[in-house]
Amino acid sequence: MLDLLSGFVTELRRAGLPVSLTEHLDAAEAVGHIPLEDREGLKYALAATLVKSSSHWRAFETAFEVFFAVRTGGPGEAGAEGQDGDMGAESDERDAAGTGEGGMRGNGRSQKGSGGGEGMTPEELAELLFKSLLSADAALMNVVARNAVDRYAGMEPGRPVGGTYYLYRTLRNLDLDAVLAKLIGQARAGAAGEGLTDLEERLAADEYKARIEKFRRAVETEIRRRLVEDRGAEALARSVRKPLPEDIDVMHATREELAVLHRVLHPLSRKLAVRLARKRRHGRKGPLDFRATVRRSLSTGGVPIEPRFRHPRPAKPEIFVIADISGSVASFARFTLHLVYAISAQFSKVRSFVFVDGIDEVTRFFEGVVDPAEAVARINTEADVIWVDGHSDYGHALTEFHRRWGDEVTSRSSVLLLGDARNNYHASQSWVLEDLQRKARRVYWLNPEPRDYWGSGDSIVGEYAAHCDDVVECRTLRQLEHFVGNLA
Amino acid sequence: MSAAKAADHEQDGSGARARALGLPDAGPPRFASLQAVREGLGDVGYLADDSISGVVYLADRLAKPVLVEGPAGTGKTQLAKSVAELTGARLIRLQCYEGLDESKALYEWNYRKQLLRIQAGEHGQGETEGPSWKELEEDIFSEEFLLTRPLLEAIRSTEPVILLVDEVDRVELETEALLLEILSEYQVSIPELGTVRASRLPMVFLTSNNTRELSEALKRRCLYLHVDYPDLDREREIVRTKVPGISEELADQVARIVRSLRTLELRKAPSVSETLDWARTLVILGVETIDAAGARDTLHILLKYQADIERAAKELLSVS
Repeated sequence: MLDLLSGFVTELRRAGLPVSLTEHLDAAEAVGHIPLEDREGLKYALAATLVKSSSHWRAFETAFEVFFAVRTGGPGEAGAEGQDGDMGAESDERDAAGTGEGGMRGNGRSQKGSGGGEGMTPEELAELLFKSLLSADAALMNVVARNAVDRYAGMEPGRPVGGTYYLYRTLRNLDLDAVLAKLIGQARAGAAGEGLTDLEERLAADEYKARIEKFRRAVETEIRRRLVEDRGAEALARSVRKPLPEDIDVMHATREELAVLHRVLHPLSRKLAVRLARKRRHGRKGPLDFRATVRRSLSTGGVPIEPRFRHPRPAKPEIFVIADISGSVASFARFTLHLVYAISAQFSKVRSFVFVDGIDEVTRFFEGVVDPAEAVARINTEADVIWVDGHSDYGHALTEFHRRWGDEVTSRSSVLLLGDARNNYHASQSWVLEDLQRKARRVYWLNPEPRDYWGSGDSIVGEYAAHCDDVVECRTLRQLEHFVGNLA
Repeated sequence: MSAAKAADHEQDGSGARARALGLPDAGPPRFASLQAVREGLGDVGYLADDSISGVVYLADRLAKPVLVEGPAGTGKTQLAKSVAELTGARLIRLQCYEGLDESKALYEWNYRKQLLRIQAGEHGQGETEGPSWKELEEDIFSEEFLLTRPLLEAIRSTEPVILLVDEVDRVELETEALLLEILSEYQVSIPELGTVRASRLPMVFLTSNNTRELSEALKRRCLYLHVDYPDLDREREIVRTKVPGISEELADQVARIVRSLRTLELRKAPSVSETLDWARTLVILGVETIDAAGARDTLHILLKYQADIERAAKELLSVS
C-alpha cells in the first residue's frame, strides 16, 4: 500500500501538483484510518491530504482512477475467465485491424471469445442502454458500459494510447445523441394527456443529459480499467496525464481544454483583480500623516503609539491592447483581453484594437458591460478586421494603427501587442513600433508561441523585438496572469 | 518508513499523533467511525456527503485543521456550526476581514489600563519611592492587562471548543502567518509572557471563498475540503429537511430546476441557501407545483443579477 501511495504521489508531482513531504506523510497516516475496502473513502482521504486547490482536482482524479482502479468488475462479470477470453479476442482483432477495416469482424470474434451475457446484438445493447438510462439504474449502466466497450472499442493490448480514441469509438457507435432524443421523445409521449410544458421538457432533458454523462463516465472508467490491466498503472498514468488548467498551452488546446480554461479564467481574473486592488491600497509607502498621528495620540495621553500614514497615490497606466485575432492566435487574444478588462480598474484607461490584416477599435464593446466574456464574444462577430484576404498582415495593421490612433499614444501609455508575428511574408513596417516606443511609456510584445519557434518560417518577431521593451513568451494562463499582474 | 511507524500506532486512537508530535492531548476521539460522523451530522440537520464526513472524521483522527473552500452559500460555515452542535463544543468564531491584525486576532495589551497603572504608581506613592521599574514591568505585562482575542481564547479554553476562522481569504497574505503557529502547534507565543499552549486540542475549521490563493504554508498544515454545489439527490434532501411543510414533489421540482439553472452560464449560480430561500417562499405562497409563470415571478430570490434573471427566463421558462 505504501509503495502504491509513493508511486501515486510521484505521479501527482509529475502532473504538476505541488505535493510536499509532510503532505505525503499525512496521506499515509490518513489512509490508516480508512477501512481498506472503502474506495470512495480512500479517494477523499487522499484528496484531503494531497490536493490543496480545486483546480487540481481533475488531475488528481485522473491519476486516482488509474492507480486505484477497480480491478475486479462489478456484479455479473465472469471474472478472470471472461478477461482471458477478451484478451484472446483482442489480439485476434489486432491482426484483423492491420487490414484497416477489421472492426466488425473483430467484434464478431470477441462475442464468441467472451461468454455469458455478452453475446448481445447491437440492437439488444442499444435497447438495454435505453432502459438503463430511463430507469437511472447504475448497475445496469455499468453492465452496458462493459458490453459496449467489448463490442465497439476494439482495444489493442500494448498500444501506448491514453484511451480517448477507444472512448470515441465506443461512443460513436452508441450514438448517444440519438438516444437522448429518443429519451426526450419518450418523456413527451409519457405525458400524453396535456403534453409537456416547456419547463418540464427542459427539466427532463437536463435530467437525461446528466444520466448520459454518468454513462459516459462509466464507459471511460471501464476503458481505463482495462488499460491498467494491460499496461500497469504507471505507464498508463503517463499517457493520460492531463495538464493543470494553468499550464494548458492556449494555442494548442483541444475543445475540451478550452472549456476548462474558460471555467478557470473567471475566478482567475477575479483573484488577480482582488490581489492588485489590495496591493494598491496597502502600499504603506505613503509619508507620515502628522496631523492624524497627533489626533490619534490624544486617546493615549499624548503618546503617539500608532503612527498614521498618508495613502500613496501611484499613477495608473493607460493601456493600449493591440491583438491579432486571426486563426490560431484568436483564443489567446481573447483570454488576454478578458484578463486585461477584468482588472481594468487598475488602469486609468484601457483601449483595445483587434486586427487580422485590417484593424478596428473594439473598446466600445467593453463599455458598460459587466462581464468581459460577453464583449469578447461580440468582437468576433462585429469587429471589422478584414482588409484584403483575411490573412495576418502585421505591417498593414500597424501602419493603419499609427495613422488613425498613433497621436493618442502618450508617455503615460503602455502598448501591448499580442500575436505570433507570423506575417505571411508581408513587409514588417517595424518603424511603427520604433515610433510607438519613442512615444509610449512601455511597449510589450506577448507571443503565444514557444520561444524556440520564434523567427522560424514567416515569424518576424525578431524584427519587432528590437523596438519593444520586452518580448514575453505567453503560452499558458499562468504566464499570462504573471505578466498582467506585473503590468498594473 | 516513518509513515509505516505512524500507521502502526494509529490503532490506539487520535491521541497518538498528538503525543508523538508533543502536542497537547486531543482527548478521546470525538467520533467512533465514519458512519458516526455522517449520521451525527444528519441528526443536527446537516446532510453531509462522503467527502465532507470523511474529512471531518480524518480531521479529528489526525488532529489537523480543515480548510473548507467552495462557492458562497454552500454551507461551509454551517459545517463548523453543525460539528460544534454535534460534539457539544463551544464555537469560537474569528471573522476575517481586510486589515485584521494580531491585536484583533490573537491578543492585545490593554495600553490604556497599562498607562493608568503607571500613572497610579507615580502619584499614589507621593514622595516615597515608587515601585521599581522591574516590578512595574512584571506587573503591567501580566494577564490582567491582556485582552484575549478569539485565537488565544480558543487555545486557553478548558472546555471543548471548535474554532472557526471564517473567510480566511480576506486577510492579507502576511496576516495569514499569524495563524500558522496555532494551526500546527496549537500554541501562541507572547513575548512578554511566554508560550501559551492548548490544554485541549480544539478542532479548527477555516473557510475560504477562494478570492485569492492562500499561501502554501497555510494549505500544507490543513486538510483540504472542497464543498461544491450538491448533486440532485442531496439537494432535494436538504430542501426537505430544511424547509418544513414542503411536499415531496415540490422539493423534487425545486432541486431539478436549480440544477438546470446551474448548467447555464450565469454570473452567479444559485447557492444552496438561495435554493432554500426559494423553496420557503414557494411554501409560503402556497405553490403546489411550479409552472413557468410562477417560477418567473419568484426567480429574483434565486438569482441576484438582472442579466442572469433574464437569461434564465429566456432559456428555461420561455413563456410567451
